[in-house]
Amino acid sequence: MNFLDFFTRLLAVTLAMGTSLTYATLGEVYTQKTGVLNLGMEGIMLMGALSGFATAYSTGNLVLALVIAMLVGGLFSFIHAFLCITMRANQVVSGLSITMLGTGLANFLGQRLGPASNNFNLAGMNLPSKFNNISIPGLSNIPVLGALFDVSILTYALYFILPFAWFFMYKTKHGMVVRAVGENPRTAASMGISVSKIRYLYTTIGGMFAGIGGACLSLSFTPSWNEGMTGGKGWIVIALVIFATWNPGKVVIGTLIFGGITSLQFSLQAAGFKMVIPTQFLGFSPYLITLVVLSAMTIINGKKKGSFAAPAALSTPFAIDDK
Amino acid sequence: MRFALEKRDGKSRKMTILVPIFSLIISFLLGAIVLAISNANPIQTYGAMIKGAFGSPTKIQYTIAKSIPLLLCGLAVGIAFRLKFWNIGAEGQYVSGVIGITWVMQFWTFLPQWAYLPVGIVMGILFGAFWGGIPGVLKAQWGVDETLATLMMNYIAIGFAEYLYFNAWKAPRGNMGTVRYPEFAWLPKIWGKVHSGVYFALILVVVLWFVLYKTRWGFELNMIGKNQRAARCQGVSIKKNIILAMLLSGGIAGLAGAIDSAAVTHCLTKGVNSGYGFTGIIIAWMAGLNPFVSIFIAIIMAALETGGDALQITLKLPSAMGEVLQGLILIPLLAGSVFTEYKLIVLTKQKEEVL
Amino acid sequence: MHENITDETPVVRMVAITKHFPGVLANDQVNLTLRKGEVLALLGENGAGKSTLMNMLVGLYRPDSGEIYINGKLADIRSPQDSMALGVGMIHQEFMLVGNMSVAENIILGMKDLPFVPPLSEIKKKITDLSKRYGLQVYPDKIIQDLSVGEQQRVEILKLLYRGAEILILDEPTAVLTPGEARDLNEIIKKMLSEGKSAIFITHKMDEVMEFSHTVQVLRRGKSVNVCPTNSIKRVQDLANMMVGRDILFSLDRGPYNPGKIMLEAKNLVIQSLQGNKNVLDHVSFAIRGGEILGVAGVAGNGQQQLTEALTGLMHVSSGQVLINGEDYTNKTPLQVIRSGVSHIPADRGRMGVVGDMSVGDNLSMKKYRTNELSNHSIIKRSWVRLFADKLIETFVIKTPSQDTSVKFLSGGNIQKTILAREIDSCGGILIAVYPSRGLDVGATEAVRQNIIKQRDKGNAVLLVSEELEELLMVADKIAVMFEGRIMDIVDVKDAKTEELGMLMAGVERRDI
Repeated sequence: MNFLDFFTRLLAVTLAMGTSLTYATLGEVYTQKTGVLNLGMEGIMLMGALSGFATAYSTGNLVLALVIAMLVGGLFSFIHAFLCITMRANQVVSGLSITMLGTGLANFLGQRLGPASNNFNLAGMNLPSKFNNISIPGLSNIPVLGALFDVSILTYALYFILPFAWFFMYKTKHGMVVRAVGENPRTAASMGISVSKIRYLYTTIGGMFAGIGGACLSLSFTPSWNEGMTGGKGWIVIALVIFATWNPGKVVIGTLIFGGITSLQFSLQAAGFKMVIPTQFLGFSPYLITLVVLSAMTIINGKKKGSFAAPAALSTPFAIDDK
Repeated sequence: MRFALEKRDGKSRKMTILVPIFSLIISFLLGAIVLAISNANPIQTYGAMIKGAFGSPTKIQYTIAKSIPLLLCGLAVGIAFRLKFWNIGAEGQYVSGVIGITWVMQFWTFLPQWAYLPVGIVMGILFGAFWGGIPGVLKAQWGVDETLATLMMNYIAIGFAEYLYFNAWKAPRGNMGTVRYPEFAWLPKIWGKVHSGVYFALILVVVLWFVLYKTRWGFELNMIGKNQRAARCQGVSIKKNIILAMLLSGGIAGLAGAIDSAAVTHCLTKGVNSGYGFTGIIIAWMAGLNPFVSIFIAIIMAALETGGDALQITLKLPSAMGEVLQGLILIPLLAGSVFTEYKLIVLTKQKEEVL
Repeated sequence: MHENITDETPVVRMVAITKHFPGVLANDQVNLTLRKGEVLALLGENGAGKSTLMNMLVGLYRPDSGEIYINGKLADIRSPQDSMALGVGMIHQEFMLVGNMSVAENIILGMKDLPFVPPLSEIKKKITDLSKRYGLQVYPDKIIQDLSVGEQQRVEILKLLYRGAEILILDEPTAVLTPGEARDLNEIIKKMLSEGKSAIFITHKMDEVMEFSHTVQVLRRGKSVNVCPTNSIKRVQDLANMMVGRDILFSLDRGPYNPGKIMLEAKNLVIQSLQGNKNVLDHVSFAIRGGEILGVAGVAGNGQQQLTEALTGLMHVSSGQVLINGEDYTNKTPLQVIRSGVSHIPADRGRMGVVGDMSVGDNLSMKKYRTNELSNHSIIKRSWVRLFADKLIETFVIKTPSQDTSVKFLSGGNIQKTILAREIDSCGGILIAVYPSRGLDVGATEAVRQNIIKQRDKGNAVLLVSEELEELLMVADKIAVMFEGRIMDIVDVKDAKTEELGMLMAGVERRDI
């Protein structure tokens, strides 16, 4: 395999892997930006993957599958929002229980919604159709960068969604509200903004995106269902949010890097290169980098008041009538 | 009709008891719905789960054996939570413990046979303590957010463990996993599947209960968790205590890992991150940070897991039902706990809202 | 002074406004009138009811009874949005600004009629125009947290003007400004008046009242005691009298004044401000002897709390010395200070003085749990604690269902008694009490004061920080007045004159009195 082919393949795999991560990360960025920490990502993504797959399997309708995955994701995160905002529950525990519930339910339903011929198991079943790559003629032949034009429609959608997500956050009046609510809910409330409504809204939307992210895995990347197929990606999403410093515009950097590192593992092995750095180190390096970046950012900005990129009110409940 | 939550004058005794009971009932109802949707008989299923967890001496042994690392992780997390330090890194601290004991078991061949196990366990504790101490220092000294830091540390530890059992410490035969620990160094079983780790766990429950509820240090930890500023005014050192508590917390999670590998898995291999660390968080929270109640909760959680496993065999139902129930129990509990401190009121014309 | 005011319907009329809070009558039948183009100064000590009154004007509270008329029409103000719609806006002491957003974004945040993508260039132009018109020097692109406090305040003013406020309420506006910035603010207000706007500012500083207002209204203990044109006030002393009042509530038993040796001493304490302008503490020096109470007077926010935190090891001192019984305790840990015998009744009793979720018994034992009295070899002896707590509850008459009740469920007065009991019982010679009778009813207040005097009679040295001059006049032996981090003067109580103290509190130098 020559040099250019290797990098083209690398970019292609990175994009394929990164699509799922990007959707979920965008969702969590918005959720956290309003001050809600949703640690239920892993469970929500898995439920998204499962519900998308099950729908596509039984109806053959991919669009419907995406919609269902989105709604399921929204439902789970709505529950989280309800627990955290209205019932003032601890956000960490609530998120973890959503993960538990989502993971358990997905694995459970995965073994019950399949055809009788396969013991009701969805694992190993094939989809009637999947999101195939659509290649743009001419552009897709460019060396290396051509891979950008030979991706599934889910990825193409991101080319528009990502800039819009950035634009929405920083250039529209709604984005301003999002930022204000997460940074200084008291001020937002004094300006007539309903802090809880905003938090409900964006937590639910965040979950919808996570659902789509999960569906990307089962409908496009590896079009199949396996128990626990998210394999910890939900936790990578949390890391990616920090890495992107809660800025939708920077999400793509993180997903490219992380997606790249993971696909590097596979690509190098496939190309037969002998590794100087063990592949597992590549595996956990994203988390290590994030930890270092997080610590450095806190230490450096520690003296300045509230200048850290994390929304100042992240995971602190806000209730007007509380003293 | 509009509703609102109003703070009570005193913690409601009634609710503290009613809420868990109602939550349990609601969660089993919800679980029944899930089962019904997927063509399974709820009563049959629940019955099978109970039998699977407690139906025979062997089953009970499985359940108890599973509850040991769960309990230890619950205790570990409970210490940190007492200071409102959100240690979600118990999983990584557990794994570090396994790494520690594996190091001794595999490489400290200069030790006499009787020393392998004790030294291994100590090393497991130390590794876990170290892994917990790092985020502790980061928070105490520089204010780095512990939720995110401990979460990241989990995956660093798990990834490093993978490196060890796939690569550096891999046993020559087989595709993964380290060499099995020498049999003379295994943690002995005392009753069927139940191993002597249960002694560690129970002793630790008593010790922790004593330290947290009877000693000066426990009093100080309680103060810090409930009002850090006031604690500082009374001369309590916040930094020192956060670090100490995290060393202890990580150490106990490391102990859990060391014990479980010395007694059950006998090596470091894939699946070392079995979720005990995360479930431990749930246990700690549900037990209200009380060590004795943690025993009870740990057994319930273990029962849900073993009961769930049994479903596969007896009813051909996915074992994941156990996990579903674990999640389902929590949600009504989370929602319901608000009622212990707040009461629900209906807003009519009289009640005005004051900002 | 300013020119004449037009004689039309008043822009604001508050009639017979009354407001209760649990345990306290914040406003008692208060009438207030503001005319167009007028600046009204609302003067009074802390707790007089000024902020409460204004909060009702902007919809943060609802009055229990009384009416509010804006431009002659009866108004039902239920939220800040309602008041803004009527043209009334308020700048609070704690600014309502989002630190990491720009000036422009903060100004338009939450406005109803904005398009999806706010036309920032238009908005910025409008901001710049307004800024020029009123001399505000506000730049729309700057980020709030990069601005100085004075600049932030001007952003708040512009925010109100942008949204069409005609009546502006400013809460202690110069509390955070340097004298130069305060003069600039006055220019801005003059400009606004010339454009037909009106203003009310809440203050405790008499020189401000004299310099900046047309009319002054004095509140004391929830009642309006006087309203008059500012230029009718001949002497500042009269104003001080109105504000502080002369009635002394009750007399307390005091022993003779026989001070011993110096126990607590501060030498040139300086705490530098994070923002780099004024020092938080500016060369503070004093000495307190055993058997003596040094009162610290001054309006809250002039460095008193920081002083007490510096003395108790809770705040770092940039330079200077803290001496306890002659030994250097500068920048030592809180535990070391406690061990040297210092007891501290902190300003914020809920957040610093007690752990709300712990029991009364636990809270009472927080000073002594380390000692042999309550513990043995690191183990806290519960039975000893119970006896100890019972004794304190009885002695100090703390009303609580039991010693196991969580302290947060107690009334404010009883929480304070708990703190008092704990600190006095463990006092090893020095007691530092900060606003100890704040928010307490008459009975609790008397108990607090009597206890403090008892400590002094026992030979302890007491530092008493209070917002109420009459409390200090009743209790202290000497009074130090703090203003903007400095001690203006220390006077013996027997020589003290209320008017003089009032002026010192307002920043008038001793030599100018």
